[in-house]
Amino acid sequence: MSAAELIAALSAVVPEAAYEVLEASDSAVTPSILVPRSHLLATAQALQATPGLEFHAFSDVTAVDFHPDRQPRFDLIYHVVSPHRRARLRFKVRISKDEPVDSVSTVWPGAGWMEREVFDLFGIVFEGHADLRRLMMPDDWEGHPLRKDYPVQLKKDASTFMPLQVSPEEFRANMERDRQSRPRTS
Amino acid sequence: MAEIRTETMTVNMGPQHPSTHGVLRLVLELDGETVVDVSPTIGFLHTGIEKTAEQKKWQQVIPLVERMDYLGPQSNSLAYCLSVEQLLGIEVPDRVKAIRVLIAELQRLSSHLVWFGTHAMEIGAITGMLYAFREREILMNLNELLAGFRFFPSFIRVGGLREDIPRGYKEAVTAFLDRFPGKLDEYETLITKNPIWLDRTRGVGVITLADCYKWGLYGPIARAAGGDYDVRRAFPYLDYDTYDFDVIGASNGDVYDRYLVRVAEMRESVKICRQALERITPVGEWAVNDRRVVPPPKDQVYTEMEALIQHFLIYSQGFTVPAGEAYVPVEGPRGEHGCYVVSDGGNRPWRVHMRSPGLMACQALHKFIVGGMIADVIAVIGSLDVVMGDVDR
Repeated sequence: MSAAELIAALSAVVPEAAYEVLEASDSAVTPSILVPRSHLLATAQALQATPGLEFHAFSDVTAVDFHPDRQPRFDLIYHVVSPHRRARLRFKVRISKDEPVDSVSTVWPGAGWMEREVFDLFGIVFEGHADLRRLMMPDDWEGHPLRKDYPVQLKKDASTFMPLQVSPEEFRANMERDRQSRPRTS
Repeated sequence: MAEIRTETMTVNMGPQHPSTHGVLRLVLELDGETVVDVSPTIGFLHTGIEKTAEQKKWQQVIPLVERMDYLGPQSNSLAYCLSVEQLLGIEVPDRVKAIRVLIAELQRLSSHLVWFGTHAMEIGAITGMLYAFREREILMNLNELLAGFRFFPSFIRVGGLREDIPRGYKEAVTAFLDRFPGKLDEYETLITKNPIWLDRTRGVGVITLADCYKWGLYGPIARAAGGDYDVRRAFPYLDYDTYDFDVIGASNGDVYDRYLVRVAEMRESVKICRQALERITPVGEWAVNDRRVVPPPKDQVYTEMEALIQHFLIYSQGFTVPAGEAYVPVEGPRGEHGCYVVSDGGNRPWRVHMRSPGLMACQALHKFIVGGMIADVIAVIGSLDVVMGDVDR
């Protein structure tokens, strides 16, 4: 089932949502679609329950931070599988910082810890999540390590409760230097 | 007679408990010996590999991802390399595919042997551990012969392999494959029909297939519950669709069926290894002929200016990968492994994310053990085959 066919099937169930086909290098196996943030939960329910879609199995949710190149800066990436149809799907939600998003853990309970991980490492808040706590980092950790503006170059003592000691100017300079040292293809 | 007090008791298990396979901490609520509730805590082994990978060049990430699931390292690097190759649009030669299949299946054997040994030991069959580690030692020696490293060979590279397989490797693998099925029979005579083993494992830690899928559990756990989803069959990579092997299934979804599935899977892996060995020609390519990612052969580097420059560029600046994203699922020893890779067109990954089957298993632990006995917790954790390096990353 191609991404366009999936969108047609989804639009029949969630008519008010504007889906988009996304191109990716692995579209032949895993079609990608973009889901509007407001319709994430309805889409998830449709994907799981609609006959002919039946994405019963949850695979993965993660996020990518495109700071500072793009606004809204975060992509949330969900992978779901339909084991008996032998089909996979990737759907994405674009959100900006401090924008909450609905949790899909009510649809696929397996998303629970993955969403906690995303909350922990990216600081994305999932509404309706039963137990949204840090998963990997200690509870008193400051900041969200997988964000691109998290200062990794910083040398600091290994204590989990000290605030991060870098000024905004130093940090922007670090980021700029980091970006310029990165060769581009285009 | 005084009234008997009844209240539940909270017990802390781990993170240094020997049978939690690393550093898994469980807070168990017990009513007598029955488990009423469990809350697992993970993160003790979190080393930020996904963050570190963003600071490294594409080829420097391979040893890093191997250290995630440290019992199946080459299924991590295979998932990563396949994803990066998908982004680059590279299709590796058939000989490389066959060698990779051989490596991946030997890796599955090695990982299942550790599972077998530790699982048996935790339930009380210490002999099983000694036997399984004896065969695993041979597999470690094979890794040493292959790459010079026993645990983390980093032999699979973007675009192919590090180098050609060494002389004598195929013969050594054949010798192992000749020896192994007999040894597997030996393990099975020890355990498969052992009444103590049956009592400890049958009907324990039962899960339904629907629950498996909902909680993101694939691989041997779902197949023991009646599933037939195997990435090698459903979404073939490395030409797995041309190999003749069975997807092993069972129906009860308990600890014993997970044991049967994994043991039978080892026999299937031996079959696949033999077919892969037949396909590996004595001489041939060991990497794709693409100078973007694979350095030129040494004789050219020493004699041609362009080759020298390309060699230097790959090892100093690294190669660039076209902007985009890719996720290629592979069937690891524990279930669906996959590496979600995002590139911005630079010489370093923008994001590397590894899908961890162990994380899902830890998350769903209460599905298996609530309502059971506390002694069964150990049996269940062993049968889930979690590796904490993979869970915490």
